[in-house]
Amino acid sequence: MISTMTITERQIALLISVLVALCGIVLAAAGRHDPIGTHGLLILLAGLAGTFFILRGYYDPEPAPERLTSYFDDPIKVGIVISMIWALVAMSVGDWVAWQLAYPDLRFDGAWSSFGRLRPIHTTGIIFGFGGNALIATSFHIMQRTSRARMPDQLSPWFVLAGYNLFCVLAVTGYLIGITQSKEYAEPEWYADIWLVIVWVTYFVLYLRTLARRKEPHIYVSNWYFLAFILVVAMLHIVNNLALPISLGSSKSYSLFSGVQDAMVQWWYGHNAVAFFLTAGFLGMLYYYLPKRAARPIYSYRMSIIGFWGITFFYIWVGSHHLHYTALPQWVQTLGVTFSMMLLIPSWIAAANALLTLNGAWHKVRDDATLRFMTVAAVFYGLATFEGSFLAIRPVNSLSHYTDWTVAHVHAGTLGWNSMIVFGAFYYLVPQLWKRPRMYSPALVEVHFWLAIAGTFVYVFAMWNSGITQGLMWRTYNDSGTLAYSFVDSLIAMHPYYIARAFGGLLFLIGTAVGAYNIWMTMRTVPTVIGTQADRPVMPEPSRPILQAGE
Amino acid sequence: MTGPAHETLVAIAKSWGLFYLIALSIGVLAYTFWPGNRKRFNRAKNSIMNDESGPWE
Repeated sequence: MISTMTITERQIALLISVLVALCGIVLAAAGRHDPIGTHGLLILLAGLAGTFFILRGYYDPEPAPERLTSYFDDPIKVGIVISMIWALVAMSVGDWVAWQLAYPDLRFDGAWSSFGRLRPIHTTGIIFGFGGNALIATSFHIMQRTSRARMPDQLSPWFVLAGYNLFCVLAVTGYLIGITQSKEYAEPEWYADIWLVIVWVTYFVLYLRTLARRKEPHIYVSNWYFLAFILVVAMLHIVNNLALPISLGSSKSYSLFSGVQDAMVQWWYGHNAVAFFLTAGFLGMLYYYLPKRAARPIYSYRMSIIGFWGITFFYIWVGSHHLHYTALPQWVQTLGVTFSMMLLIPSWIAAANALLTLNGAWHKVRDDATLRFMTVAAVFYGLATFEGSFLAIRPVNSLSHYTDWTVAHVHAGTLGWNSMIVFGAFYYLVPQLWKRPRMYSPALVEVHFWLAIAGTFVYVFAMWNSGITQGLMWRTYNDSGTLAYSFVDSLIAMHPYYIARAFGGLLFLIGTAVGAYNIWMTMRTVPTVIGTQADRPVMPEPSRPILQAGE
Repeated sequence: MTGPAHETLVAIAKSWGLFYLIALSIGVLAYTFWPGNRKRFNRAKNSIMNDESGPWE
């Protein structure tokens, strides 16, 4: 890691680490009577670890000038490993809280282990830990390949990766000790938010510098999606986290917005986190890895451009559909509904473009689990975006809101779309980056695929049933005009679904563990083969009959 | 926020917001279907199929 950097870069890295450590000391001292003091110590520890790490490799020989003739892949590899670790941690916590909902005793009486604290660990760990690191790793890969240019320096990719993960660790450890600003998907407090801004701007500048060095005249569409992701997330993050801390020694801060404005800003952020964190960047992956793996260029490049501008300019306006039947002005709600409906067009353009690319190559989808991961991702993307537009309609929302239907919708997207495309991309990337002929075990890729599919279906169907049952029970009146069911009645009705959901999640988690093991073994044991590109399944003989029974 | 500010915002959103999006759509469609761009788009979509040989000097 250190050996990839030049001496000047090592010196700057050292300076950054020392500065981080100093910030940690200041926070620890100023906040010694506050939970922020613990985080100060954690930041100090991170700074010291960085300092130690750099000093240990400081006198290693500098990287050879030949490095400039190859892509800079080391941060991508590290990003993939970190991403898989986050996936295991966050999915485990997610499944634990799922079992807690069925059996509340599984909290084991700890304050830290209550649902309210563990659930954001699951969401932050998955979205930002697993998804974010996957986005950073794949964007480093795609930006260099499509530009035919190496990243401009060796320090900023490491800084982005390390700094981003420091933010994630501050976030999840903060929840355990009760630090949160209570905004969904934006729970981390002010000091972590400021740190993320620094990291994120570095990431953006790194991306632009790589594109500026490009040898390919046209910027491939995946890069547009990644840039939209980075730029809009920066904008959302800064505006939604405008807050005033009580003091520099306190973790608590107050939002600059109040009342319904605060709610609107939060859901402008919240839905665009889905749009630009969980959609734009992942579409960037889809538009690159699916054509690569299928060995067929994208069906329509023009369609991808129209889809891009549609997604960026429609998504921005849909956040208000999270606030139907609230104090938010009616016309703002209607605006959200309208744009949510319009959004179906660019969303389906992307899904259709992916599936049409595969038209004529379905035998590859059948034989190759890696490509099948990406195909399923595109299908679930189409399904989840259709469901999203549907749920945004006010009367539908009156049935679905606050019920498990929302949970079903989110997980159709995150399990079926985001995770599937990431796993597909990783199975494509790992043999290529580690220069192996194929994954350690193609059979285990199949096992992972079917566990993931089964888990997703069990999860989503359980929550659909549960959500609609809940919604109907909450709006059923008896002859005297009062509610027919109490809240506890609906809770008891949910119990079997909650068990099914936790079981589905467990299947998905086991699949991820199988995938992590396979990736680990690929890195460890399969001997290096020079000059190979990626693992390919054994292709069927060309002389097979045209029609085959049972297919 | 006071009443008039809200009314102003609504008026702007309902008029200029609409024109802005229409203009944007026309711009995007023109760019996408401009005949001169066809060559670079085709080149771009095929170019990624063989990009593992390392950065170009």
